[in-house]
Amino acid sequence: MPKRTPLYEQHTAMGGRMVDFAGWEMPLHYGSQLAEHRQVREDAGMFDVSHMTIVDLKGGGAQAFLRYLLANDVDRLEDGRALYSCMLNDAGGIIDDLIVYAGKDGEFRVVVNAATRDKDLAWMTRQAERFSVNLTEREELAMIAVQGPQARERVHGVLTQPERSAASELKPFYGMAVGELFIGRTGYTGEDGYELMLPADRAVVLWRSLNEAGVAPIGLGARDTLRLEAGMALYGTDMDETTSPIESGLGWTVAWEPEDRDFIGKGPLLAQRGRVGGKQMVGLLMEGRGVLRHDQAVCSVDGSVVGTITSGAFSPVLGRAIAMARVEGDVSSACRVRIRDQLQPVRVVKPPFVRFGKPCYKEA
Amino acid sequence: MNNKPENLRYTRSHEWVEDLGDGSARVGISDHAQELLGDLVYIELPEVGSVHHQGDACAVVESVKAASDVYAPLSGEVLAVNEALVDSPEMANTDPFGDGWLFTLAISDSGEESELLSETDYEELVAAEAH
Repeated sequence: MPKRTPLYEQHTAMGGRMVDFAGWEMPLHYGSQLAEHRQVREDAGMFDVSHMTIVDLKGGGAQAFLRYLLANDVDRLEDGRALYSCMLNDAGGIIDDLIVYAGKDGEFRVVVNAATRDKDLAWMTRQAERFSVNLTEREELAMIAVQGPQARERVHGVLTQPERSAASELKPFYGMAVGELFIGRTGYTGEDGYELMLPADRAVVLWRSLNEAGVAPIGLGARDTLRLEAGMALYGTDMDETTSPIESGLGWTVAWEPEDRDFIGKGPLLAQRGRVGGKQMVGLLMEGRGVLRHDQAVCSVDGSVVGTITSGAFSPVLGRAIAMARVEGDVSSACRVRIRDQLQPVRVVKPPFVRFGKPCYKEA
Repeated sequence: MNNKPENLRYTRSHEWVEDLGDGSARVGISDHAQELLGDLVYIELPEVGSVHHQGDACAVVESVKAASDVYAPLSGEVLAVNEALVDSPEMANTDPFGDGWLFTLAISDSGEESELLSETDYEELVAAEAH
């Protein structure tokens, strides 16, 4: 029996085509994922992300716990700042990617993926045993992401005066609580906007008010193409427990300094760090017609396999297909992807593919 | 649904055929097909002059979700293709029976038409597939 978020009735009322995602019934689109994608790049769109898992950490040992648990270092955070990090197993493989917000008085909020909820909570609880920290899952909270050039303005229009005041002060990648509402200036699209965490009944009211103010509901289909254009990884598709951050294009999220910080997975990661010619993530740009997709083989010009596409899609902003791929060894700047038995030329590029709504790459 | 001609016949693979009365037929994909596929982003049309047997894969429609073969509903030579679809594949989503037509062909065996499904039979097929 799939789970439903507090916004389920809103989705069906707005024409949502519902599908199963990680055991939740979620909207794939509301008519056209291409139109929804463009709406976010050009105006504002809203996503129901209530299926994600919110965990609050309290206690004097919370900071020390997170510095051990995560590959990135929460010492980098001051009050209100958010941090993107991987959570590793003992072999350096990625258990999940997540965002941590630092609150007042040594408290933290962690947001992890929906599909990995059970294993994440079990892992965190076990690792927390040695620290004086309390973990509380906030199952009663809903979460709405509003993204796009007009997103912040539209959200301000439906908030109370003190909330609006606090929100307009937020710098990118900061978050703060105002009463029962938590506002993060974060997102998964490459656009400016907010992720709002709030009680379920207010979430329904806010969703409808935003819609009345012209914010379109956006489904999972567009969510995937938006994050891929922005060069953002998707757990379970681009990386998993068998891949390290270095092999997943996420080496930048590992805090190697200070050297005396011990964290889970550090040893294997240090060993990988020095190695030459291991697996790495690259971006691919299709030169011609056709769509790049998960699991297609990446080959050199002579047809020998050098890797696999992890995420692929048609990019509405670029007007052609883009992908992230895990490859090994020497990858020249021109290579091929096997699509339905034909080797098609692709260009190896560095993500992101889209910045501030504009393509990073032009015609070849 | 606007622009839907009368007396269409269908294949089990969700193509529609309109007999144009002059020995040729127009072909496209059904509304049900475009809904299943999602937003179309590329369409590979057959070559004008190419000859296909009934049931041959002769075109490809590629959506955000997947690439899908289009099968010739009747045997014959391709007379014309809808070039506008190359730049605007979304027309096959928004107007699958009208501006979203794929190609026309010369009917080489008029006996084949009776093997196709009527509108009613096709609707029953779609309803059965939904369960």
